[in-house]
Amino acid sequence: MSRPAHRRPEYHKINKDLFVLTYGALVAQLCKDYEKDEDVNKYLDKMGYGIGTRLVEDFLARSCVRRCHSYSEITDIIAQVAFKMYLGITPSVTCNNPSRTEFSLILDKNPLVEFVEELPAGRSSLCYCNLLCGIIRGALEMVHLAADVTFLQDTLKGDRVTEIGITFLKKLDEKKYRRKK
Amino acid sequence: MADAALFEFLHMEMVAELWAHHSDPGPGGTPLLTLLRQIFSREHRTSLYAVLGQKMSLSVLEGMGFRVGQALGERLPQETLAFREELDVLKFLCKDLWVAVFHKQMDSLRTNHQGTYVLQDNSFPLLIRMASGPQYLEEAPKFLAFTCGLLRGTLSTLGIKSLVTASVASLPTCKFQVVIQKT
Repeated sequence: MSRPAHRRPEYHKINKDLFVLTYGALVAQLCKDYEKDEDVNKYLDKMGYGIGTRLVEDFLARSCVRRCHSYSEITDIIAQVAFKMYLGITPSVTCNNPSRTEFSLILDKNPLVEFVEELPAGRSSLCYCNLLCGIIRGALEMVHLAADVTFLQDTLKGDRVTEIGITFLKKLDEKKYRRKK
Repeated sequence: MADAALFEFLHMEMVAELWAHHSDPGPGGTPLLTLLRQIFSREHRTSLYAVLGQKMSLSVLEGMGFRVGQALGERLPQETLAFREELDVLKFLCKDLWVAVFHKQMDSLRTNHQGTYVLQDNSFPLLIRMASGPQYLEEAPKFLAFTCGLLRGTLSTLGIKSLVTASVASLPTCKFQVVIQKT
């Protein structure tokens, strides 16, 4: 071979596909295991939560994020640093309320659904990407921030974009927390 | 690559979650389990469930790996698929596929030239996060099932039917045994 194996572009693609394909296999397996969409969604969220609690350490180790002073800074970092690092995309951020505790991440392109054309028959309430909500929620909780994270729009359900809503639950107390995501 | 971390964490969580679900069927379960429940007393049932449950979990993980391996195989560029010999296919798995998926080559490939191959990885990435040595040997098979399926699935797309099993003597070194099934 004239070029080192790891630099060949097709292997980069295989690596990106591996996570997306594995995720698809996981959702398919959960759909086999659980009849109700709510149960699949719940398990995806639970697994995401477990991943998020560990991923946040990996994230903090690799990125040089500075101390945050507001929920809006934290949300910007999730969108511009974390999503970029792990999924290669940068969602846009909007703020949904005047007290600046509710935000949305808008994804024009969602890599997780790259190979999914539509939801399986009889699974119209399935939140295919619910793992992402759990990941964000778990990661935030490890840095002492409680938040509700849900899908507000879903391209697999006919919406134009994918929208993830993050609602921070506790009032941020600067004196209490020394380190934030 | 950060994607690798995401896959590793997903894999870890899948092992934990699917293991928990399939090892302990609870009041539901397949017809086989219902029948067993009727035949065996409680104390016999527990150990039987444990064994069956483990087998089910491993086959669930292996099955998922198989589907992903097939899909990955379909995405390989055409020119890499012009293999002349079976050994070339195995070399491809050890070098190219392993690098693409785990960012390192397999450390050794041995064969008896009669359809059995042993692929050894001295620091398998999905075992690295567990402590080295003999402490977690019992847990190790759970972390290898998906990858066995992955190998079997990729081979399947390349036109080769096989049986893939894995063994661990001491973490993080593991061996994958590929036995080609002649039709």
